[in-house]
Amino acid sequence: MRTGYPILAGLLFGAGLAISGMLDPARVRAFLDVFGDWDPTLAFVMGGALIVMAAAWAVQRRMNTSLAGTNFDLPDTTTIDTRLVGGAAMFGIGWGIAGLCPGPAVASLGTAIGPAAIFVVSMAMGVALQRVLVR
Amino acid sequence: MIAEYFPQAIPLRGFIGGLLIGLGAAVFLIGSGRIAGISGLFARTLGLATGPFDRGALWFTLALIGGAVLVSLIDGPVVQRFPPHWLYLAVGGVIVGFGTRLGSGCTSGHGVCGMSRLSKRSILATFTFMGFGIVTVATMRAVGLGW
Repeated sequence: MRTGYPILAGLLFGAGLAISGMLDPARVRAFLDVFGDWDPTLAFVMGGALIVMAAAWAVQRRMNTSLAGTNFDLPDTTTIDTRLVGGAAMFGIGWGIAGLCPGPAVASLGTAIGPAAIFVVSMAMGVALQRVLVR
Repeated sequence: MIAEYFPQAIPLRGFIGGLLIGLGAAVFLIGSGRIAGISGLFARTLGLATGPFDRGALWFTLALIGGAVLVSLIDGPVVQRFPPHWLYLAVGGVIVGFGTRLGSGCTSGHGVCGMSRLSKRSILATFTFMGFGIVTVATMRAVGLGW
């Protein structure tokens, strides 16, 4: 089951992205286009996901270990710093340029390999660059 | 009402897809004890994060692709409208890769998992990247680079 949970989780997540229209960069970008022809779909996607995850956190708080028997590996940072805000700002800029964030980009490798590969390879370069430059 | 004002929106499909996304993140949290943050899992899959090889991240990432393929097989081709030039993808990709790692998360980790946990960091990050995304789209149109 240690392998089963990540596989089930990934399948559900990827299917959700595809059903919700979030694999369509133009639609995602239209959510950000509040001064233009705004498409609120992403807000409904986020709302649905947050409802389920809020319940999941309520369950998690009552558990000592995961169902796989592992300790919970959760972020415990609470510091608000320039890395957090600067990184999020950068991400927002890239998101606005291409209409893609990491989840839909990776999932699109299975449905639109050409453009998805360009984005994902570039994203890997950005990840590597960050690792080299920021310590 | 939404169909009247925003004819291009697909609120019901969006909400149902959102429930599935949340369910996926919930299975990963409760089943594996981990955060379904794709930028982090992607980096771990490629060995671009600290720590030993991460099998769970690899499986999640592969299954993420599989889930999208599954929908395209059952429901028909997924509508995907990409930018008009590959440079948008290349430039956007590098910035997204760098920024999500610097800021410790993206729409899934901060947006879905962090905000539902009421993490102040995640709420701030989400509003920041959405704000900058909005400004970027508006700026691009103003300088004639909109698409």
